[in-house]
Order: sequence, then C-alpha cells, then structure tokens
Amino acid sequence: MLNYDLVVVGGGPAGMAAAIKARECGIDSILILERAEALGGILEQCIHTGFGLQYFGEQLSGPEYADRFIELVNEKKIEYKLDTMVLDVTEDKTVYAVNKKDGLLEIKAKAVILAMGCRERPRGALNIAGTRASGIMTAGTAQKYVNIDGYMPGKKVVILGSGDIGLIMARRMTLEGAKVECVCELMPYSSGLTRNIVQCLNDFDIPLYLSTTVIDIQGKDRVTGVTIAGVDENRCPIPGTERTIECDTLLLSVGLIPENELTKNAGIGLDRVTNGAIVDEYRETDHEGIFACGNVLHVHDLVDFVTQESQIAGEGAARYILGKKGSPEYITTKGVGAVRYIVPQKVNIKNEGDVNLFFRVGSTFKNATVKVTYNGETLITRKRPRLAPGEMENVTIKNEMLKGFAGGGVIEITVEA
Amino acid sequence: MNFDVAVIGAGVSGAFIARELSRYKLRIALLEKCNDLAMGTSKANSGIVHSGFDAIPGTLKAKLNVIGTAMMPEVTKQLNAPFKPIGSLLVAYSDEELATLEVLRERGEKNGVPGLEIYDKEKLREVEPALNEEAKAALWAPTAGIVCPYELTIAAAENAVSNGVEFIRNFKVEAIDFDGGEFTVRSADKAVKAKYVVNAAGVFCDEIAAMIGDNSIHTIARKGEYMLCDKSVGSLVNHVIFQCPNPMGKGVLVTQTVDGNLLIGPSAIDIEDKENTDTTSSTLTSILETAKKSVPSLTTREVITSFAGLRAHLESDDFLIEKSKVNDKFINVAGIESPGLSSAPAVGQYVADMIVSDCGAEENSDFNPEREAPVRFRHLSNDERKALVEKNPAYGRIICRCETITEGEILDAIRAPAGARDVDGVKRRTRAGMGRCQGGFCGSKVVELLAKELGVELNEITKFGGDSKIIYERTK
Amino acid sequence: MIKNITCVTCPMGCSVNVEISETGEIISITGNTCKRGDLYARNEVTHPKRSLATTVRVEGGVYNVVPCKSSEDLPKEKIFDCMQAINSARVNAPVKLGDILVADVCGTGVNIIATNHCPAK
Repeated sequence: MLNYDLVVVGGGPAGMAAAIKARECGIDSILILERAEALGGILEQCIHTGFGLQYFGEQLSGPEYADRFIELVNEKKIEYKLDTMVLDVTEDKTVYAVNKKDGLLEIKAKAVILAMGCRERPRGALNIAGTRASGIMTAGTAQKYVNIDGYMPGKKVVILGSGDIGLIMARRMTLEGAKVECVCELMPYSSGLTRNIVQCLNDFDIPLYLSTTVIDIQGKDRVTGVTIAGVDENRCPIPGTERTIECDTLLLSVGLIPENELTKNAGIGLDRVTNGAIVDEYRETDHEGIFACGNVLHVHDLVDFVTQESQIAGEGAARYILGKKGSPEYITTKGVGAVRYIVPQKVNIKNEGDVNLFFRVGSTFKNATVKVTYNGETLITRKRPRLAPGEMENVTIKNEMLKGFAGGGVIEITVEA
Repeated sequence: MNFDVAVIGAGVSGAFIARELSRYKLRIALLEKCNDLAMGTSKANSGIVHSGFDAIPGTLKAKLNVIGTAMMPEVTKQLNAPFKPIGSLLVAYSDEELATLEVLRERGEKNGVPGLEIYDKEKLREVEPALNEEAKAALWAPTAGIVCPYELTIAAAENAVSNGVEFIRNFKVEAIDFDGGEFTVRSADKAVKAKYVVNAAGVFCDEIAAMIGDNSIHTIARKGEYMLCDKSVGSLVNHVIFQCPNPMGKGVLVTQTVDGNLLIGPSAIDIEDKENTDTTSSTLTSILETAKKSVPSLTTREVITSFAGLRAHLESDDFLIEKSKVNDKFINVAGIESPGLSSAPAVGQYVADMIVSDCGAEENSDFNPEREAPVRFRHLSNDERKALVEKNPAYGRIICRCETITEGEILDAIRAPAGARDVDGVKRRTRAGMGRCQGGFCGSKVVELLAKELGVELNEITKFGGDSKIIYERTK
Repeated sequence: MIKNITCVTCPMGCSVNVEISETGEIISITGNTCKRGDLYARNEVTHPKRSLATTVRVEGGVYNVVPCKSSEDLPKEKIFDCMQAINSARVNAPVKLGDILVADVCGTGVNIIATNHCPAK
C-alpha cells in the first residue's frame, strides 16, 4: 500500500496543470498516474498549431504546449508513473492501478483528481448501415497513425463530422498526399472553428456538405465507397438525395464523450448533459476530496481553458488536503433555454474570490444578450456578437455578488437573440 | 499433405467435428477459407443454447438439439468457454399465441425437453419485470442458456489443435478430386489429400458438394441483423426472451450476452449474395421496433454496434448430415442453422461416429478434453491480479481500457493453438476493442502487438485477413 | 473584381469583401467589423501566408517521425513545395524540441523546427 496526499488520474494537460497548481499551493506528496508511455495526453498527437494563444499568448503545437507542463512537472519533482492504468477509485479514495513494473498498486490518497480526458464516439454509436470493412476509423485514431506512427491510414478519404479534429485531419491527410473527397456534417452548421474551415477545407478546395450524412458503407475487405445523403430538419435522410462517393477510408469526427467509467464506478453523481461529474466551483464532485477537471468534466474547445480549470481543481484539492475547505453553503446553477449546461453546477457562497461560470449554447446566435439571474432577478447582462455551440462561453460572478446570496439559491443563465 | 479426414469449414460445426475426431488415432485437417476460425455464421448469431421445443419431433434438428443442449454444461466446462444456463421465456401476447405455447410445450415434451412450464402473467412479471405488460403468459424452458458463439468455436478448435488436428487457414477450397481411394482438396495455392472429406462449409455447402458432382444441396442464405447494447442495460432482462416463432425463424429475441451486454435481433431475410453481411438502417429500425414489443423501454441510445450474420437454410427445414449419394466417404453437414450452435457438440459426435464406424479408427489414449482456461484479468480479484503480474509483467499492461484487457491476454490469443492473426481475431478471443469505444484507443496498439509478434510491418496487419488492411505505407 | 474572404482573426468569422482594380490595387474593404479584419483581408488578397505543421522522418528514434512546424508563416502557394522538401528530409535521433530540422525551407528564409523530442531507440 502506497500513501500520497494527492493522486491525479491522467497525465494530460488537465492532470499536469492540476498537479502543478497543487504543488504551488503547498502539497508535497503528489502522484500522477498516466496510461500512455509519456506525459502529455492527446496533445502529443495534435501536432498542428493554435494551442496556447489564450494562456501563453503564443501559437504552439500540441506537443509544445504539453512540453511546457512536462518541464514544470519535472522541475517541481512531481512523481508520476507512466504506462499505468487506473482500474478503480473507491469512495474512501483508494486508487487501484496496474503497470508492468510495479504490478498491482494500491494507493491511499487524501484527495484524488480525475483527469482522464475524453474519447471519440465510434461508428457503432451512429449505427451507419453497410459492411464491416477495414478503413473506418475515428479521426483521432487516424491522427495517431499519421503523426506518431508515420503511416497513412488511407488515400481517398471521406470525413463524417466537421468538428475540429475532423477538419484538422482533412488538412493533415491532404498535406500527406491523400485526396479528401468531402467532409459531411449532419447539422446545418459546422461545430468547428471558422479558422479551421477556412484553412483546413477552403485552402484545399475540400467541399463541406452541411445537413448531410453517410447512410451506407460499401466494400467487403477494405472500404470501396460510401453513400451520402442530405437530411431534413429531423436529421432523417431525404430520399432521392443519395449519392455514392468512391473512397478507401471513412474518418469519423462525430463527437467526444468524457471518459467517466472510473467516476461512475466510484458512485459519483454525473450531469446528464455534460456526461461529466457534478462539481462545485473548485471542481469538487459530490464525493468529498474527489475532484474532476478537463475534458473528463465537460468537453472543452480550447486546451487553454482546460489548463485554467485544472488549476482551479488543483487549488481546490490542496485546500481540501490542508483542511482549508470549511463548511460550504451552496447555490445551484442552471442553464435555461439555449444554454445547454453550466459548469460548475453549484457554487459555495462562502468562496472568497470571483467565480467563473462556463457554459455552452445549443444553437448559433448573432448579437445576442447573455443574461444571468439570481432567484429570478437579473444580475448581469452581457452583449455577445456571436455565440456558437462549438465555442465555450463564460461569465464571472464577482465576489461581492456572491456575498449577497443565500444558500439554496439558484443562478440561471439565458441567452436572448 | 496427407490426412485421414479433411474437414472443410472452421465454424462451430467444423470445430466440434474436428475435436470429436481427434479422440481417435486419425490425421485430421481443418480447412478454413478465411484468416481465422468462426468467420461465417458462427461469429454472428444469437448465441442461444435452445432447449429444443421448436423442432418437429423426429427431425434431426430435434434430436441433435436436445442432445447438444444436454451436453453443453459439461462441454463448456471442459473447454473453459462461458455458458450461462439462464433459461428462456417464449412470450405470448394474444389468445392465438397462448395456443402456440401449448403446442410448443407438447412438442418439446415429445422431443424430450426437460422442465417446460407455462408461466402465467403474475409469475412472468415477477421473474421479468421489464417485460411488456401486455404479455399474457410464457413458456419457460430452464435448460436454455447463452454462450458466446465464436468463443465456443475457438475453444473447440483450440482443443482439437492441441489434440493433433492441423488447422490450415486461408485455404479456400476450389476443387476436390477423387482417385478411387483418396480425395485431393485444392485451394489456389495448396492441396491436401484425405480419405474422408467432411463438408461443413455453412452457406457454401452446396458449392463444395457440387465439386464432387453432388448437386443435391441447395443452401439458402438467410440474413439476420442484430444490435448490441452497452453493458449498462445488460441486465434489463434476466432470461432469453423470445416472441412466438414465424415461418422465417424464431423471431426477434432480447437477451443478455455472456459478457453482460444486451443483444437484440435477428431479422430474417433470404439473400442471393452469400457474403453479404451488410447491415441496413431500415432493418435495424424494424428490429428495434419488434423488440420493443417484448421490452418497451429499449432505445437506440445504448446501442454500441450492429452486425449481421447468415444462416444456412435448407428447403427441408432440417439439418442434413449424411454421406453423399455420389461418394460415401464424403459427408455433407448442411443446413446447420438454428439450433446449430446448441447442437454443435452433438453434431460433432454424430459425424465422428459416422467416420469411425466406417474406418474403424482406434481411440487416441492421449486425447485431452480440457482446454486450458484463458487468463481473464477483468474477472480476477485484486490478489489474483497481483500474483499474475508478478509472474508475468505482460498482464500488468492494460491495452483495451473499456474491457480491461491486458497485453498478456492479447499475446496469449496470438500464441494460442490456431491463434489470432488479425485485429478481429484478437478481438474475438480477448474482447479487446469490443467495448464502448469500439477499438478507438486500443486498435493501433493491437496492430503493434500483432506486428511485433508475427514479425511483420505494421501495415501488413489486417482487420480480418484478405485485403482488409488497416493502414497503408509510411508517410515518408 | 470583388474577392470574398472569411476573416479568421477571431471566432466572429466576418465575411469581408475586397474590391480589387484591374491593376491589382485594393479599392475598398467592406464587411469587416474591426481593424484586424481589414489587415487580414488585405494580406489575404496580396500575399496570403499559412503556418505549416507536419512531421519529419527520424532514423534510429523511438518513433518513425518527429512533429515539426514552420518557425514563421510560409507563403501559401509554397506549402506543397515545402511539404515535398520536408518529406525528403531525414534526421537522426535523438531530436530535441526546437531543433532546426530543415533550414531555410525552399528558400523562404523560414526554418522547420522540431515541436517534440524523439529519443534514440
């Protein structure tokens, strides 16, 4: 049995930022458990630039962004174990993990930070009809083959889903000599950044078909083609719009799902919309001393926000370990109408600082007003020139406001066009 | 290569026939056109061990079903393959269907099915709370159960290979010659000689038989599509839930799988192309709608994958297991559709008896009926895990995180007798890639392990043999 | 002639119209909502630039390739030429983050630098 003050599950951007912050807040005994052979998480394969603009004010590639934190982890002598899979986190904060070198590990922790990230939705979840040929993979899997292993996963490619990973891979495959036939998007808008649509698709004349999906896959051994079709407002294929595109590869970029199996097994309460834990402003779950941050909590569009959120969780875990948490009094937060969710879902009104509320909308708005109310009374209104489902928004609740609240109150955020 | 018996087709029938034959001093070849075992009907079916009330009394189906099902507990124990005797409920929703229950109970009793009972509405609600409230009664069959069809096939074939059977993969039979004493079975690049040939080629039985001039078989490929749901809804039902049968088969069922998922299906559509295992969105929708009649709370939300398999149906609606009228050393094992899986141990025995009584082979005193239990890290206690990793560190590296599958288990699957040679082969033996992420994370790691173990480049690894390559050449 | 450009300076994604004379002079820029949009559209019409991120083949490393990027943006029309030059380059492990892998790629004056480490095997 090992003992640590803080065990961090996951050594990606979230886990590293949380551990570093906890160290800065005075926690000496920290262990990061990472399943891959290196720290960095998914950033290691995201070799395109665009990371760090918010946090570092620089255009970094994924590995560069990760490296800044890996350096800090090493500098601050934070312990980590690589190639180590966490099997179980119990309610009493015992972490079971396994690797080749140490065998089965049983680690008793005072606090645990869950930073397992997210995974891509697979084909099965979409129920696309057709054969079971090879050549169908998620955009992230293809990204690993191209950027880490140095192999081409296909030569003639159709991409389903216009999320950022799909767009980035359209450019990446094109640069490496593949022909990307098109990107199909089920929704009438792309969830990817405008910048990526311009620089990853338009630059290479790759068509983006909105309100279009893949309805059939052909090919006995390897994919030989896919059938695409337009969809109506209920996202159902429109008869007569089908056409077949010859290709050897179908890449899927159809959404990310927080990887919460450990969270669920620990009995931690989850938010049905985010698919992540329900947390307070320090990202503490409904299990005392267990925190969650990064994409395991809710899927972020920018790693910079992951870093910021994880630092909050790291600070929260440190406060908890050092006995500074006190007895909180909570108000809850609630997204209304187009506001799909808010993180954190509850806020301690005794908190001594300002609290940022992160939220996402379900549809696109131009020149919208974001309204924050407390028990029905308007607190804040903010103009936003543009809101989109792909972009996370936030509003700050000043500490003065917080001080005027009473336990059990409700903060709501709405958006008006 | 000279053999006494060549078994064509490494599905569940071929595997059990080879295993039963290996009890005797015979040289046996198990020939398979694909890159792995269980690549046809045996990899994509309901995985049900039927009690045996469906088949008409006096048919071979009825006889071998009841014997096979009775053998299943012992055989699966020997082979260390999962079997859960969860029992089945055939549910009636109308007065007409109530009458069907009575007919089937009588039929079952004639077939020798033990323990059949009619459950009334109250009893039904008690044992199966998620069932449609409209259900009036059900026929309870306690001997029914579930197995994993491909794992059972693999286990039987592994055991056969351990007992001396030679498994030859990628052997697509293209011609069979008979010189009066021996057959020569040829693929495009290989040939084996054998005194007996067993034609266990599933939907292709007719084509194989035609190679010796036996045109008496006409196999109809009947496609069945399924949906597999996440383990979170695996215990929605406690037993195999059947609806009343229709002329095309046993209808849509809802069941747990031995791995704890929920399985819905199959459809039943006769098709021309015997390699067409496409799924179609309209069929999948109709399966779900039909299954909702049994369990109204089913939704698409939990579906993690769908698949289709083909059954080898004959006009006679019975199994055809007999010496060919053209050559009595050539044994046809045709029309092995449901309950073929339940019957497989009995089919194996039946065919072995036919050959042994003809050639008078001696018993093989070295025959070992046991197949060593594969390591299943996910099923072990923490103490057992600890001891295991100490002994072999490869069990300390998790490759598939959804199903908790270790590197050690994947290496075992590749190194096993008749082991895995492709990604799907590893998946069927270990479950790596079968979880909710469907191989998104572990797929490339399995490719790496296969390449290393087989001593080839990453881009030579396939999904399931043939041209099913996963990746192409180096980017640079 | 009017060229339509989607500004990518911020997530607004303004649709900017640039009017160009027959001699190639910019006559007017409309549709942008800030100064940065004006500058972006101006550059995009006259000399568009792009950053490039790809990989370079490594000999003797734990990985086959190491990721890299252009130290500055490259002329857009030279991207595929640069890819060709980078694809034919070979570097020996170990590679350190920040190492120059291809100097002055295609005469652009821009270096291709490693964006990760690749230890030797």
